[in-house]
Amino acid sequence: MDFKFTDEQRMLKDSVERYVSEKYTFSVRGQSIFSSLGYSIQHWRLFAEMGWLALPFDERYGGVGGTAVDMAIVMKALGRGLVLEPYLSTVVVGGGLIQTAGSEAQKEQYIPQIIAGELTLAFAYLEPQSRFDATDIETTACRDDSGDKEVYCINGHKSVVYQGRSADKIIVSARTSGAVNDRDGISLFVIDQGSAGIQRRDTKTVDGQWASEFIFENVNVHESNRLGAEGGAIDTIEHVLEASVSALCAEAVGAMEAANEISKEYITVREQFGVTLSTFQVLQHRLVDMQIETEMAQSMSDVLAMHIRDRDALCSQVVSATKVCVGKAAEVVGQGAVQLHGGIGITDEYSIGHYYKRLMMIDILFGNRDYHCDRYERLSA
Amino acid sequence: LDLSFSSQDLNFQQQVRTFFAEKLPDDIRNRCDRGLLMGKDELIRWQSILNQQGWLVPNWPEHHGGPGWTLTQKYIFSQEFANASAPLVSPFGIAMIGPVLIEFGSEQQKKRYLPRILNSEQFWCQGYSEPGAGSDLASLKTRAVRDGDHYVINGQKIWTSYAHWADMMFCLVRTDPHAKAQEGISFILIDMKSPGIEIKPIIGMDMGHTLNEVFFDNVKVPVENLVGEENKGWTYAKFLLQKERNFVARVSQSKRMIERIKDIAHQQRVGRGFLIDSADFKRRITQFEIDLMALEYTELRFLARQIDGQPVGPEPSILKIRGTEIQQGLKQLLVESLGMYAAPYENDKMTIESDFLSIGPDYMHGILAEHLYGRASSIFGGSNEIQRNIIARMLLRS
Repeated sequence: MDFKFTDEQRMLKDSVERYVSEKYTFSVRGQSIFSSLGYSIQHWRLFAEMGWLALPFDERYGGVGGTAVDMAIVMKALGRGLVLEPYLSTVVVGGGLIQTAGSEAQKEQYIPQIIAGELTLAFAYLEPQSRFDATDIETTACRDDSGDKEVYCINGHKSVVYQGRSADKIIVSARTSGAVNDRDGISLFVIDQGSAGIQRRDTKTVDGQWASEFIFENVNVHESNRLGAEGGAIDTIEHVLEASVSALCAEAVGAMEAANEISKEYITVREQFGVTLSTFQVLQHRLVDMQIETEMAQSMSDVLAMHIRDRDALCSQVVSATKVCVGKAAEVVGQGAVQLHGGIGITDEYSIGHYYKRLMMIDILFGNRDYHCDRYERLSA
Repeated sequence: LDLSFSSQDLNFQQQVRTFFAEKLPDDIRNRCDRGLLMGKDELIRWQSILNQQGWLVPNWPEHHGGPGWTLTQKYIFSQEFANASAPLVSPFGIAMIGPVLIEFGSEQQKKRYLPRILNSEQFWCQGYSEPGAGSDLASLKTRAVRDGDHYVINGQKIWTSYAHWADMMFCLVRTDPHAKAQEGISFILIDMKSPGIEIKPIIGMDMGHTLNEVFFDNVKVPVENLVGEENKGWTYAKFLLQKERNFVARVSQSKRMIERIKDIAHQQRVGRGFLIDSADFKRRITQFEIDLMALEYTELRFLARQIDGQPVGPEPSILKIRGTEIQQGLKQLLVESLGMYAAPYENDKMTIESDFLSIGPDYMHGILAEHLYGRASSIFGGSNEIQRNIIARMLLRS
């Protein structure tokens, strides 16, 4: 039993943390939010230079061969600064799908581009009716019987695709056979942004990012852009979503840790009734409860990263347990932090509200607590 | 990061499991499984079995009879202890005064008391709380005045668990009424048969008798019964409190409780089905399972920190708060699982053959007692509010 990092991991942690605390200040972030990409291309290039974009990929394609534990280290540090750059959608989710299901040719094509910071990705897998269920797919991909048999024609609606606006390519899940909710018959396609037949509506998200609704109307995709076997994508999707939950939970722990520190700092400085807020026991106890929740979330996040790395029998259950634990902690910490700040806590100008908004969305992303409680019960039965 | 135990530790775990399977008497296991408290005879029987194995005092050094285990082994032992539904040993001698005497006691005190704790010949109780000194323990008033080769003790202790079983009490007394609160306290050992001691039972809301008031009326205690130095008692008391805090999360006990709740929910009828078919009830079990998983891994993470030699911070307080919240929540769920059969309660008849036992399902007996008694867990050993104060002080200091 060992909860310690290796020397290399400690160096990685230090370098990402230093970058976030020195370069990724709250005001820098504020400027990125309203830029056209929704994040800073300079920062993204820096991520590439630092080698962080290479972390999870096989050495064969120029990667570092890092594990889920390494990914958790980076994501936690990014979470501390509410980093907007599309690390999760490009490296963890999109990159994960390509590394898991891609052909040799696809990996050779895409992974070096991701590592160089030249290719960003978004994953369009949910639909208006699907809620959090990745198998609930009405979007269809049919081979064109009359014309070119190597081309699929995609029709359907994908909802709230994070980074759908800025991504160079969209990975779409669609049904090549089977009924809605069948596990079999789901395929993945890599589609260029701006392909004919794509209608995209963009929206800012509450946590300072961009997301898009995608309507696909007779969008043609060549079969060379299919990831993995036709109809056999669900295992890949679930595998990558599980790793993504691990990364997201680590991000949450970083954000909670920072929110606790900011709150602690605030109540030790702010005075009312002639004393600092930190002298009031009821506020102290609130801060303690936030800290306890964060410790629990940290433990689950560490443990989940190990399970994802080892892919053992318990892994899927721990995924859901962690998401539930982190979701609850995110609520306690996010709401507690706003409350401890009083009036300033509910403003846009101050950072703590931004932490709350991101933590709220983390609770929902990849399935909320109800969804993961259901899943946990199903897997334990 | 690595979650697995070493093969040596796994061998040890197997050895511990075999021991509990072979040596824990069935009647004691059964009582413990129901949440009923042990009688003194049962406890002596069980402690003797542990002592024979050399496993009664995991925290004592080897030359005083400890097994010489690593922290990980102690952790494994405590988990298996609970998994086996073995009753906790009486902590006052083994976990509390033993380590204090080993650290601060005179040679004579060690020779005299430690062997008797080991062979369960002498039972101890803890004389800490007073009517005016609960969470604010340092405001205690029981006086000890030096008179030749004796101290003369006057005052009152309260909430003294098992004083009526005890041969000896370790007691905090005020020896210097003029010093600052913490600085005038001494740590002294009192023979419970001394003239001038009166014990009055306090009946708990579970209708059981574990608590007492203890009155001291000019009780003479030989000076050699002072532990360490006069007026340094607070230091020893704090040391003891730290000893008390290992493995406070009681994860395995809570896991056993979840198993019991599931067993009951599979048997408890609701209409044509069973309680376990209720999505709401199942969801509440799930929530506890997840909370408990998080607590278990937090305990392991903290344990790893300790093995790594890092100083102890707020960890024990965090484990105590979350551990007791989960225990109390599960005991609440146990009560709810019984439906109307939560109501029948005759404390004195739960352990003897009587008509009362024919009322309701067999598994109901013990649950209410356990629930009611368990309300104390967030109050004793430093209430959960005091624990939050401790954590806050550490957080705000750094």
